[in-house]
Amino acid sequence: MALLEISGLKKGFGGIQALGGVDFHIDEGEVVSVIGPNGAGKTSFFNVITGMFAPDEGTILFEGESIGGLEPSVITQRGIARTFQNVRLFPNMSILENVMVSQHCRTKQGIYGAIFRTKAFKEEEQLIEERAKDTLSFFGDRLVGYRYDQAAFVLSYANRRRLEIARAMATQPKLLLLDEPTAGMNPRETVELTGLIGKLRSEKGFTIVIIEHDMKVVRDVSDRVVVLDHGVKLTEGHYDDVSTNEQVIEAYLGRPAETES
Amino acid sequence: MVSAAETIERVRRSRFNWVDMFLNALRVGAVVFIAVGLIGTIIKFAGGEGPSAAAWRDLVVSGLAQGAAYGLIALGYSMVYGVLGFINFAHGEVFMSGAMTSFFMASYFFDTGLWISNFVVALILVILSATVTATIVAVLIERIAYRPLRNAPRLIPLITSIGVSFFLQYSAAFLFGVANKSVPQPPAWLLAKIDLFGLGWLKLEATKVLVIAIAIVSMIALYLFVEKTRTGRSMRAVAEDKEIAALMGINVDRTIVTTFAVGGAMAGIAGSLWALLFRGVSFDTGFLPGIKAFTAAVLGGIGNLAGAMLGGVLLGLFEGVGPLLILDGWGIPGVSQLKDVVAFFALVLVLVFRPTGLLGERLSEDERA
Repeated sequence: MALLEISGLKKGFGGIQALGGVDFHIDEGEVVSVIGPNGAGKTSFFNVITGMFAPDEGTILFEGESIGGLEPSVITQRGIARTFQNVRLFPNMSILENVMVSQHCRTKQGIYGAIFRTKAFKEEEQLIEERAKDTLSFFGDRLVGYRYDQAAFVLSYANRRRLEIARAMATQPKLLLLDEPTAGMNPRETVELTGLIGKLRSEKGFTIVIIEHDMKVVRDVSDRVVVLDHGVKLTEGHYDDVSTNEQVIEAYLGRPAETES
Repeated sequence: MVSAAETIERVRRSRFNWVDMFLNALRVGAVVFIAVGLIGTIIKFAGGEGPSAAAWRDLVVSGLAQGAAYGLIALGYSMVYGVLGFINFAHGEVFMSGAMTSFFMASYFFDTGLWISNFVVALILVILSATVTATIVAVLIERIAYRPLRNAPRLIPLITSIGVSFFLQYSAAFLFGVANKSVPQPPAWLLAKIDLFGLGWLKLEATKVLVIAIAIVSMIALYLFVEKTRTGRSMRAVAEDKEIAALMGINVDRTIVTTFAVGGAMAGIAGSLWALLFRGVSFDTGFLPGIKAFTAAVLGGIGNLAGAMLGGVLLGLFEGVGPLLILDGWGIPGVSQLKDVVAFFALVLVLVFRPTGLLGERLSEDERA
């Protein structure tokens, strides 16, 4: 059974059909890239999966259960986490807090424990902090030590992206949706992150859907590539097949002039 | 030939000159006004006229006690603004509900004798019941009036809050009558002056000391709650970005309810303290303190909790001391009636000199969204 199974997914915004009936599936342990020209509906696809928008039509099954139209926080609790194309952290909270706050959906202690500082509450706080530090150490020494108590807005662009991935990891998802994780990174950082995405699967056991424009990254990380254009799936398959597919080249580069008339 | 860039620069500069000239005139005028008033008061004081040193001390303490109550109410304005981005004008009525409950509970305990025989227990029960009532009122307001408007433009809940404010005010008038209600007098030891720290010169009215102490404890508790607990962490996350908070698995609606509940609890405590301080409650008790507390929140930097507390205390202090300190120096008669003028003048000054409030940070529009 596929971890995520989507069929006939439609979402329109006024006159624009952002998603015009997309079928998609991903098995546990897979890394699938979603590519397509600007405006193809890639980010809308993520927005609908994570519950930011309810789908107009179609079904989204996660672990065999329908999650279409559920609240974003409920979907996160089921085990889907994402990052954003334009990084969206909690800029005025500390780096450690950014990662701690996203574990709240995995904890049991409520407000009463917080007020009366029960033993169970303190232990769970400790555990959250340990886990947060552990998650941050995934990115080497960039986000550890003196960084813990710094506000997130002081971070460099690349580190913000890393922190955003750490925050998504901390919700302990089964499925991780990464929206252009290497956008704005320099070539060296991109290579490094490509390696880390591999590790996210091999070491942390996440199943990953990744939207990416950098074809080298797509080639290196993905088992399968799905191409979207104008809200519909153009094709899917192995990178080598997709990257030489004529329809795909046409979607990106346009049709040669002589065949157009 | 004048280049486009130069033209833009010239227009920009000339426009700035106008605004700057006006603001500078306002600033200089305000400073001169305050300085002349201060000098006048000092000359009077040196000449043995006007209030004595002990009277000044009492004014400061009264101001601080009232300011502490403003600060507690202001926290509610600031928290709701931080999380939802609008001013909840009904918050003054949440405070009134706390003060009203305090009156009823205090009267009840007075009738049963507990108010006299065991005042401390009675006071704790009064504060607890006021806190519970105000919390319930605040949560109900959120549930009934604001939640359906969650995705509406921010102006709409703002106007709704004014409606809710009037609704609650006149509901209270209808239910409890329009007459001013006298809270029973606390026992004599609380009305007496106590010699704080045994210094001799620091003799303060015990009621005011108690009010300030309770307010400080509540504020510290709230600060720790927001900064150190996970519920507080969720609240800050929701305040920064609701959409992302939801995607990180935080239940946004529940967090917003918590915010209203905590703000309401603070207003409830403030209501009890107010009843203790002024010993009078009526259906419109919430109006002026509500507006003042809103002023205090803006003064300190809206959305900033430490700012709300600081703003409240400072506003109370300005109100208590300002009329005599500045207006009296000008020889204006009947200055103690003018404390509201001083309070709002202080707001204008802060907004002229520091538009973001004392501790506020400048927020760009998309950070605020």
